[in-house]
Amino acid sequence: MKRQRYRMPDGGRIDRSQPLHFTFNDRSYQGYVGDTLASALLANGVAIIGRSFKYHRPRGVFSAGAEEPNALVQLEQGSHTQPNLRATQIELYSGLKAESINCWPSVDFDLWSLIGLFGRIFPAGFYYKTFMTPNLLWPIYERIIRQAAGLGRAPSDPDPDRYENINTHCDILIIGGGPSGLSAALKAGQSGARVILADEQNEFGGALLGSDDEVDGGPALDWVEKTVGELEEMAEVRLLPRTTIFGYYNHNFLTAVERVTDHLGVSDDPLPRQRSWRIRARQVILASGAIERPMVFENNDRPGVMLASAASTYANRYGVCFAKRVVVFTNNDEAYRTALIFKKFGIHVSLVDVRPEFNGDWPRKATAAGVEIIFNSAVTGTRGRRKVKGVNISAFGMDGNLGETRHLSCDLLAVSGGWNPTVHLYSQSGGTLTYDKQRMCLIPEKAGQAVNVVGAAKGTFELERCLKEGAREGARVAKNLDFVGSGSVRSKSKTVLENEQPLQPKWLIPSRKHPEGGPSHFVDLQTDVTVADIALAAREGYDSVEHLKRYTTLGMGTDQGKTANINGISILSGIRGEELPSVGHTTFRPPYTPVTFGALAGRQVGQFLDPLRRTPIHHWHTRAGAVFENVGQWKRPWYYPVLDEDMNDAVVRECRSARKSIGILDASTLGKIEIKGPDAADFLNLIYVNSWNNLEVGRCRYGLMLGEDGMVMDDGVTSRMAEDRFFMTTTTGGAARVYSWLEEWLQTEWPEMEVYLTSVTENWATITLVGPNSRKLLGELTDDINLDLKSFPFMTWREGKVAGVPARVFRVSFTGDLSFEINIPARYAISVWTACMTAGEKYAITPFGTEAMHVLRAEKGYIVVGQETDGTVTPGDLGMERMLSKKKDFIGRRSLARVETLRSDRKQLVGLDTEDPSTVIPIGSQIVATTKKRPPMDMIGYVTSSYYSPNLKRSVALALVKSGRNRHGERVYLPMENGTISALICNPVFFDPEGERLNG
Amino acid sequence: MSRSRYSIFSLARNAYSHHRNWPKAWRSPEPKSAYDVIIVGGGGHGLATAYYLAKEHGLTNVAVLEKGWIGGGNTGRNTTIIRSNYLWDESAAIYEKSLQLYEGLSRELNYNLMVSQRGVLNLAHNQHDLHELSRRVSANRLHGIDSEILSPFQLKEMVPILNVSPDVRFPVLGASLQRRGGVARHDAVAWGFARAADARGVHIIQNCEVKGFCREEGRVTGVETTKGIIKSPKVGVVVAGHAGVVAEMAGLRLPIESHPLQALVSEPLKPLLHTVIMSGSVHVYVSQSDKGELILGAGIDAYNSYAQRGSIRIIEDMIAAAVELFPVFSRLRMMRQWGGIVDICPDASPIISKTPIDGLYFNCGWGTGGFKATPGSGWAFAHTIAQDRPHAINEAFGLDRFITGALIDEHGAAAVSH
Repeated sequence: MKRQRYRMPDGGRIDRSQPLHFTFNDRSYQGYVGDTLASALLANGVAIIGRSFKYHRPRGVFSAGAEEPNALVQLEQGSHTQPNLRATQIELYSGLKAESINCWPSVDFDLWSLIGLFGRIFPAGFYYKTFMTPNLLWPIYERIIRQAAGLGRAPSDPDPDRYENINTHCDILIIGGGPSGLSAALKAGQSGARVILADEQNEFGGALLGSDDEVDGGPALDWVEKTVGELEEMAEVRLLPRTTIFGYYNHNFLTAVERVTDHLGVSDDPLPRQRSWRIRARQVILASGAIERPMVFENNDRPGVMLASAASTYANRYGVCFAKRVVVFTNNDEAYRTALIFKKFGIHVSLVDVRPEFNGDWPRKATAAGVEIIFNSAVTGTRGRRKVKGVNISAFGMDGNLGETRHLSCDLLAVSGGWNPTVHLYSQSGGTLTYDKQRMCLIPEKAGQAVNVVGAAKGTFELERCLKEGAREGARVAKNLDFVGSGSVRSKSKTVLENEQPLQPKWLIPSRKHPEGGPSHFVDLQTDVTVADIALAAREGYDSVEHLKRYTTLGMGTDQGKTANINGISILSGIRGEELPSVGHTTFRPPYTPVTFGALAGRQVGQFLDPLRRTPIHHWHTRAGAVFENVGQWKRPWYYPVLDEDMNDAVVRECRSARKSIGILDASTLGKIEIKGPDAADFLNLIYVNSWNNLEVGRCRYGLMLGEDGMVMDDGVTSRMAEDRFFMTTTTGGAARVYSWLEEWLQTEWPEMEVYLTSVTENWATITLVGPNSRKLLGELTDDINLDLKSFPFMTWREGKVAGVPARVFRVSFTGDLSFEINIPARYAISVWTACMTAGEKYAITPFGTEAMHVLRAEKGYIVVGQETDGTVTPGDLGMERMLSKKKDFIGRRSLARVETLRSDRKQLVGLDTEDPSTVIPIGSQIVATTKKRPPMDMIGYVTSSYYSPNLKRSVALALVKSGRNRHGERVYLPMENGTISALICNPVFFDPEGERLNG
Repeated sequence: MSRSRYSIFSLARNAYSHHRNWPKAWRSPEPKSAYDVIIVGGGGHGLATAYYLAKEHGLTNVAVLEKGWIGGGNTGRNTTIIRSNYLWDESAAIYEKSLQLYEGLSRELNYNLMVSQRGVLNLAHNQHDLHELSRRVSANRLHGIDSEILSPFQLKEMVPILNVSPDVRFPVLGASLQRRGGVARHDAVAWGFARAADARGVHIIQNCEVKGFCREEGRVTGVETTKGIIKSPKVGVVVAGHAGVVAEMAGLRLPIESHPLQALVSEPLKPLLHTVIMSGSVHVYVSQSDKGELILGAGIDAYNSYAQRGSIRIIEDMIAAAVELFPVFSRLRMMRQWGGIVDICPDASPIISKTPIDGLYFNCGWGTGGFKATPGSGWAFAHTIAQDRPHAINEAFGLDRFITGALIDEHGAAAVSH
């Protein structure tokens, strides 16, 4: 265990009384509660955290937050592992294990770094220019490229953790809990509005957490604590720390991810690991702050080079100072704060300012504190291969060129190129951005949605103005929503320093080594994009910002270029010789920071992936040992194996029983829609191809509905319950589609029709009795329905009691045998089913599943929509042209008059009689009239249904074949992978073609 | 013009001059006042059209007009899948032509498109899926397109991280595999075609938006653009996502609906998934790029839109589906998501066609599957424009099919998988 060499004895927001042990690259270290992994590693003097993506250069901690490009680690192992996490955002917990990624054999000695030696021949986009010949070698090149690319490793086991989604509404969503966000929240909260305040960090305070600012005459963090305390007391305010708002969608719909237990480490906590929030906000106040911009100079990527604000944060917030001599390199005033902070800790600080000497409050304060200020100069490079040991400094001459170089030794180089407002969410929301020429950064211009920007996110960097702006906007936005409450007096910070000097727009510092001479001046630290790469892209014509991004991968890393993009664009603008604004910027895409897949999936995993629908008789089927198949969302019994039967045995037995005595089928999944209203019959006339006006109450009719293209869309039996009331059945899979289809026509095309639709699929259970003994059995179960042939003919329905339960019994058939469909309220389903089974014992009643059902209906040549049809089949193709009413209009009618739908050589439904009756052709097999030795062959159709029929003791197959109806008796072939099947085209009705069995 | 051929040798040679002597991949000339052919739309399809006009038909006085930057529409927004295992004869023919062109394209264009034939798997999750799969594989075979069926056991061998347990909500029952299918680097397709077209004399003009058509006596004579009027007797429009809008400028109504289609990538990871996997029933398709990112896509947003953004619900659903198929994905993270706009015809097949207006040609309606068709589409469109009649492989994709009813219904192929 190493001591925390670089931890200061006091100060910071860490708890020194609570040490935490952790390991990094298999070495043990100690940190404190309140640390991030980055701060704890810095406290222990670990300089190299990772290797860069392409050249494998040593990299250390660069920032203290979400913008971190370098310090990516693999957290934990086994099923808990997570790749590519930013050490700057991982809260330290006891027992944490982390490793460096993308290096071999170790981060300190990485053989991949040899690539850097050849860096010159691997400029941006090199892979587009080579690896093309010979063709055969490309897969090998590609394998090497793939091995070299990628960062961390995916887990090898499923995720043991749980995630949740939550939906909520609020009046005002405040994004960011820094000074402006907190001020806004306070005012908005006091107004009584429903407020959500979300911040990505573990505690509120934002930039104040790393600074030594004062508010209301005391430490700023006291003010933060007081404010958060007040907010916690407010009933309508919800505080969401550790919550990143990552997406801003239309209609002020925002998405967030809350890290609920990540900071507790690997645990069996019953809480979800992360929770994704879907928030609909009436108004958004965006207080997302700003991200510091680095400077670009030779070897600006070495461990020990850090954003100035991050250096301050590690010192102030985490009590870490790993430097004995600090150089601050800046083009603006802000970084003077960093110099002063380090000076306060008694560290030697030199400040290199690219601006000419000026009289301002900051230089005066700094000089007074003993900071050595070097004006009109720049850091032109760093020394120290594995960690910064010193910097080269040159002064600007009269001509603007850099002069003699001198050396300054240091072990921390804090850089600041100004600040970029965090406008990601603003841009995502559809707001436009503009360049602020004073502050040289992109700021919000015109909002696209109900969003109000405050503080640094808007380019307001001074604390006093942030507090003011936050409070003002918080109150204004609430007032606009009609919330006016009484609030306390606004908090104030010290007066703004006067004589501030504006930032000098200089970010790229050339050096003696030409910046295009190989990887040296890094713009995007994560993707290893250099100034040379940008210059090359521009030279080759990839000079629009989007081409630049795609060609060089600038900003395409996991940090989405938070510290890289603006520098990249400004360097491009320099090359193009244009002003920054005319160069534009790339699109800011969600998410703001990467979001765990599991959190987005939420509870929609495993059995909850999709709603599961079971019939009310499901549990009986389970007990009977049924094997189920998925049909849409439904689970349907597929077959019921008895003892050691396999599927084939079971289906054969089920098919035989249904034809010989009696079979029973759970048909509850059929879609059922009640259609009611004075115009119901007229409505059905338009929906179905056949006519409905003359259907008498008590009768049923098979209906066929088409799409507007004239193709069969669904079918089913619809019955007339009353003059103004119909009961429609649809296919199991088509129920929802048909229901929406009917509603769409009613609501958008025929609103004048008085028709009401109700989906009753789940209100009614359907038990189908099939077979010659079904009348006898039903007769034993009902005494108020006359079942004899004359009183209850085919295609009628009767109301009565079955097994003591009110029922509707339909005499329809999907097997060609005598059959009754008993509809009973779902809650009685199991009792009626059981009654049927008990009474049916003497007839050897046999439950059968969907497979037997398919065999039975295929024997009869009955079609199944979705199997015999695929959206390209007309009623005529199925031999149902006689159903088409000529007296009325219906959906799809016009399309049936088109040239193509009138052709006589369309594919038509036929049967196939295989040469070998035991051959069952695989469903889907394509049919040819003549075979060829090798493809291509002309296909004339395909097999839609194909089964072995135990009743006929031979295979039966239905097929759609070009001009099929005129080809009965013709021989066709089905070329299979091994051999060809030969068959004769025949009538699709194989069983009981005269239909004698229908009446039992 | 002199140009440097791309090769490992030229890379090494240029390294000595700090890569300061690479020429522009394509010039960016100011438009001339007239061309023989104008292609509206500088996406992959438009650039491919221009390239094949020059290469196959000797038409080099051609301009490609792009309102933004080339390859910035769906070319740069898709999930980069290429395959040709389509059901219907007409589709199979053009997609197979395209795949065959892809197979030799890197060398032909002297630009590495990173065509990676790592195989495309289409999963089946129920009996209906299996039947459809067997129908398609059977048809592909008889077309001479490589296609085979894998059992769950074979699938597990090939893709160990795929969950083939029978105890999940939608178990994997099998899959079709097209080994020649795979992915290609989408941006490179646009750039490669642009560079090769430019080398043959084509003008690629970016930031030049077409605002209207010039017409005389019923035929097109040029276009009005933000850079002025440019004359041409032939104008080919290939502007996915905006076909309906541009058609309206010419007074045409296309049978097209425009929808958002979204995609996303994970953070880069070490190699994990070596093939392309698509599932129509569980609604996701996924592959891993050479950079290491998992690329996911799914179905369209249901509403019509021209804004290149969609709703998060689609993203959540596709991720849930991906996690279901690949439980080890759960802890990985979404790095970036985006949307494009796809133009969809009623039969989910494209239009590559002459129009009722002489000299005006449209190539559109590729829906969710345009990227894989890029070379084939350009090849056929170039033929249609140059000869003023369709080639046999795009004859079936004419506008008149919506009148005759000769639709090529590929909803099965396009429902999610594309």
